[in-house]
Amino acid sequence: MKITVDFDVCQSHALCTEAAPEVFEVRDDGFLYILNETPPETLRAKVERAVRECPTGAIRVEG
Amino acid sequence: MTLSNLIVVGASLAGLRAVEALRRRGYDGRITWVGDELRLPYDRPPLSKQVLRGEWSEERVALKADYAALDVDLRLGLRAASLDPRERTLKLNDGAALSYDGLVVATGARPRLPPWAHGAPRIHALRTLDDALAIRRVLEGSPRVAIVGAGFIGLEVAASVRALGLDVTVVDVAEVPLAHALGTAMGEKLTDYHRDRGVLFRTGVGVARPVGGAALERLELTDGTSVRADLVVVGIGVTPETSWLDGSGVATNDGVLCDVHGATSVPDVFACGDVVRFDHPIFGESMKVEHWTNAVEQANAAIARLLDGPAAPAPRSVPYFWSDQYDLKLQFAGRTKPGDDVRIVEGSVEGKDLVAIYGRAGVLCGALTVNKPGALVKYRRAIADRVSFF
Repeated sequence: MKITVDFDVCQSHALCTEAAPEVFEVRDDGFLYILNETPPETLRAKVERAVRECPTGAIRVEG
Repeated sequence: MTLSNLIVVGASLAGLRAVEALRRRGYDGRITWVGDELRLPYDRPPLSKQVLRGEWSEERVALKADYAALDVDLRLGLRAASLDPRERTLKLNDGAALSYDGLVVATGARPRLPPWAHGAPRIHALRTLDDALAIRRVLEGSPRVAIVGAGFIGLEVAASVRALGLDVTVVDVAEVPLAHALGTAMGEKLTDYHRDRGVLFRTGVGVARPVGGAALERLELTDGTSVRADLVVVGIGVTPETSWLDGSGVATNDGVLCDVHGATSVPDVFACGDVVRFDHPIFGESMKVEHWTNAVEQANAAIARLLDGPAAPAPRSVPYFWSDQYDLKLQFAGRTKPGDDVRIVEGSVEGKDLVAIYGRAGVLCGALTVNKPGALVKYRRAIADRVSFF
């Protein structure tokens, strides 16, 4: 699975950080950082939750 | 019994996430999906901002979804008229009677309007995309704007109107805008932020009536003064869409009464989103949570309950919402009431950088951040954990 984020759309709501902290982190500078662009399958449920809870629909998962 | 014939009533965010959850969890039977607007689901938060300011086209607010994969029998432009749980039949307003073996209520809410607003010209509520486009068209004529209701919708509209360079006055019967949602101290600071950007406030006074006939001229207030206005936007809250459930046996009381999973008082009927009232497991009080994130979370909880039964894990989510006003991103987790303690942890509203926390009876119950998204996550978790506040 490959994660991409549309940073033009992301507004740093940080709900992804809550859903999948292993993959997403919003830091003190207010920006989102992807910690792992190709997370293991064991994190799929968490990543999918991050996708559907993102208020701006900025996260995409391929594969 | 294996489910094979489900209905989802309501085609906004909660309804869409419910349909998606059904397919994601492997339900491969029939889904009939009823929505009263002649549009596919769209996202409401941009309506008071990007859409009103004319920055986004109506296509851009569509919620992304893979409709081919969802494989639904979509019935748009139709309303639920009545429900008969014994016969397991839903009637629509075109007379159609649909049978079901499981039904999800996601009918949301409609704006409340004061009696003086009914049928008066140039007075709009803002709930639907059509509402936003209608207001947008009036704004193009550079009207003087009055906003009735200084809640989040009202203040987001005020910020958008100021961004367009137009005059705006906000009227509210409460003395302090946003006090009910953020407390008096934070409400006052945010009101000052609006005042500094040219918004006029008339607080502690109500609206008596609009004056001016076919072309609105002014709003007369209950203290005898007036606010000149060519356009009025009313944002005084919403009423859950439950009247079609009257007589069905599905218990309602300012919302569909649900348990924490979204199960209603009637078997095979579940609910999610703005229409739901439930006893919150963390706050121990009955509430509706009329926010974007709640619609997503409740939709998933209701579908888990529908497909897996009472063994589905009980969700335990802290309410979360955000509001974008000018260059401020406000985010709030939890719930506050008058009398809660409020403490600024760091920063200030005028500095555009704030963390404030709320406590009740020695327990953390809320957190507000301004342009500090990373901090809110930590506090949302702490509120769920009922950490001490002192």
